[in-house]
Amino acid sequence: MFDNFPLWPERASTAAANVDALFIFLLIVSGMMTALIFTAVVYFAARYRRRKGVPAEQIEGSTPLELTWSFIPFVVFMVIFAWGAVVYFQSRTPPRDSTEVYVVAKQWMWKLEHAEGQREINELHVPVGRDVKLIMTSQDVIHSFFVPAFRMKQDVLPGRYTVAWFRATKPGTYHLFCTQYCGTQHSGMIGNVIVQEPAQYEAWMSGGSTGPLSATGEKIFAELGCVTCHRTDSQGRGPNLQGVFGKPVQLDDGRTVTADENYIRECILDPGARRVKGFQPIMPTFQGLVSEEQVNALVAYVKSLAQPATAGVKTAAVTAPQNQSQDQNQAAGSQVNP
Amino acid sequence: MATATPQPAAQPGVQAIERENYLNKHYGVPSWLFTTDHKRIALLYLMSITFFFFIGGFFALLIRLELLTPAGDLVQADTYNKLFTQHGQVMVFFFLIPSIPAVLGNFLVPMMIGAKDLAFPRINLLSWYLYIIGGIMMLHCMLTGGVDTGWTFYVPFSTAFSNTKVIEAGLAIFVAGFSSILTGLNFIVTIHRMRAPGMTWSRLPLFIWAHYATSIIQILGTPVIAITLVLVVAERALHLGIFDPKLGGDPLLFQHLFWFYSHPAVYIMILPSMGIMSEIIACFSRKRIFGYTFVALSSISIAVFGFVVWAHHMFVAGISVYAALVFSILSYAVAVPSAVKVFNWTATLYKGSIRYDAPMLYAFGFLGLFTIGGLTGLFLAALGIDMHVHDTYFVIAHFHYIMVGGALMGYLGGMHFWWPKISGKLYPEGWARLAALIVFIGFNLTFFPQFILGYVGMPRRYYQYPPEFQVLNVLSTAGATVLGIGYLLPMIYFLWSMRYGKPAPDNPWNAAGLEWKTQSPPTTYNFEEEQIVTWEAYNYEELDAPQKQEVPVAR
Repeated sequence: MFDNFPLWPERASTAAANVDALFIFLLIVSGMMTALIFTAVVYFAARYRRRKGVPAEQIEGSTPLELTWSFIPFVVFMVIFAWGAVVYFQSRTPPRDSTEVYVVAKQWMWKLEHAEGQREINELHVPVGRDVKLIMTSQDVIHSFFVPAFRMKQDVLPGRYTVAWFRATKPGTYHLFCTQYCGTQHSGMIGNVIVQEPAQYEAWMSGGSTGPLSATGEKIFAELGCVTCHRTDSQGRGPNLQGVFGKPVQLDDGRTVTADENYIRECILDPGARRVKGFQPIMPTFQGLVSEEQVNALVAYVKSLAQPATAGVKTAAVTAPQNQSQDQNQAAGSQVNP
Repeated sequence: MATATPQPAAQPGVQAIERENYLNKHYGVPSWLFTTDHKRIALLYLMSITFFFFIGGFFALLIRLELLTPAGDLVQADTYNKLFTQHGQVMVFFFLIPSIPAVLGNFLVPMMIGAKDLAFPRINLLSWYLYIIGGIMMLHCMLTGGVDTGWTFYVPFSTAFSNTKVIEAGLAIFVAGFSSILTGLNFIVTIHRMRAPGMTWSRLPLFIWAHYATSIIQILGTPVIAITLVLVVAERALHLGIFDPKLGGDPLLFQHLFWFYSHPAVYIMILPSMGIMSEIIACFSRKRIFGYTFVALSSISIAVFGFVVWAHHMFVAGISVYAALVFSILSYAVAVPSAVKVFNWTATLYKGSIRYDAPMLYAFGFLGLFTIGGLTGLFLAALGIDMHVHDTYFVIAHFHYIMVGGALMGYLGGMHFWWPKISGKLYPEGWARLAALIVFIGFNLTFFPQFILGYVGMPRRYYQYPPEFQVLNVLSTAGATVLGIGYLLPMIYFLWSMRYGKPAPDNPWNAAGLEWKTQSPPTTYNFEEEQIVTWEAYNYEELDAPQKQEVPVAR
């Protein structure tokens, strides 16, 4: 049986079909090229084997032929490139209303926390048919989050977030591997992604939560005293964080950055690096004072402040069309039934 | 005069009085350790890299044995991690990179261009000593605990988390790197300055073009890995914040610097092998190589493009999607000249007069394995596929097809082709053909299943694995055993032939090229008289012309 001798990985996400299609195309193209070269080599080797009195015929070369067999492969390569780029782009661009899961990797385990507050270790429960965005960081060395059945892989780095997403299409239990060598138990840093039907998933979600991650973040925000400066009006010594997430931010040095997860994270851990215009460099660093999980909660909280209900009017004018809060309602509507 | 004096063929039954040559001119260990003869230095390298090849091979064998079962049962996890790390480091830095350039290149570059020696004979000897010092440091590192970072030294694991001998290994490679730089430097100057009269660039054997391209990479790329390793050592020893984000560094910076060298390093391994292919295929087809200019220039363009594709090792590492696009398209650009070479070799066979001696069998093997290795490179350069197969066994299979299937097949083919010249003895042809066949079969059995393993999702550097991957791993291990035998055989019969082999004529293959116009083995200064080249490379038509006295043709 193929249980012990798999020739093709299971296909359990929307990306899997895309990757497989390209892979099959490449198998055909390279199969044809291999057949062409092997046939030519074998045929020539047999047909022109040494025989007495039949000398080799000297051929200098042929520029038209050289150009042909440079140009045709090049065109084929460009097709592969373009197709590969499209697949990659899709897999690198999380849809806007994805369910979010925060991932913290460490030697040698995966810690996962759903935005709703459920925590898991080396296991990730997700529903069929929903976009799931992973916001990942590492506590120590570089790891890599790999689910073969989803054809999805992303390195997880210390000191920053990397992002990946998938939409599972088939209930089941799938391997989760660490694919970036990370020390002694690298091959033990494995787990399962459990894809469930929505109903089962809701049942699973209803238990064991300590409240949404953003609520945890709000608590930490208060405990650390962030609220004293980051007030909800314009009087604070720090920027008002209402509706900031996903918007462009004017920096002190004149640049503009988008307030994404990595930027919020950096502002907590290294506040001086990219300071918002018009504010004094008075914020202390929280590097070493908050755990990765607490940073995640804070980020989730700052994000929650940008939800449509609370997003302020003032941001509407300055931002690009990819404005998270504005598009959220439409996106939510269109993503449900693609 | 271009013609070598005809040598009386060794009479059967009569032990010909040995002519003076580079091997018997001096005897004794000091005559070897202080030699500046490029041919003797080549042999010093040959012995040293063979030693390291068998160490690296032994590690590979243990890796394959461990992977025979899904559970980790043969060695400890930490031991396994050291095994694959040092297998990689030894094979890459102490075998593959010096293999063809430092052995065959060292031996042949001066002879092929009609020179007495390399431009800097003492620097050549220095490069061997540096290699040996680096090698001893590496052995010391292994014997006192070893290193477990993977040959890639990825930070911050290597600088802050591994508790093995990272510094020793890094410095060993640092020192060995200088040996590589000096070899490249020597070749470039030699090829520019010491060609015989008439040996124009367009008459150079393609082996020389390949070594010229290789040397450019060696002198431009190696300093970067040297600096990078010093930075790793500095961060690990002195806690300077360079790569570790906890110290304010950037781990991706390391990967950029590392691959800036380590990708072109693949071409250091494969380009000389391609040079050998051109020599062998021309000789055993009795033809001038098809599209000489394109083959020569493709070596140079591989060397140039090879420097701008490094980040294709980092598509899932967290680089920007736009950077990934650029590096993907450039990777396809570098694939074109490689494909051109394969087409030209194939076209050379057309209307040839082909013999199947052992070197040619290795050349056929090279064509097959390099084609598969190259085509699977197209898979990896495709961004969408790389997301899935990156860091899986697919990658392992791919680069072994290139670096072992390609580079090592070329090396072995070259060793057989020039062995009569190097040793003055003939190797046993039957055994050599058998070995070529065993290597080809063993290789495919070892590495082809790994493509499938990779696509179904087995990550690399795994000491234990889910049970469903076992059958493919067993196949791979079985193949590795066969492959091991294939590699042992040549070593045995080469050694045997040195004592018992038939004396080799000066030009056993009736091959073109200046190295065949001198005696086997050559004298210390290679040629009795100055060579004047009046013919194009691969002048097989003239060589095969029926019994005509070779007359220098005025052109």
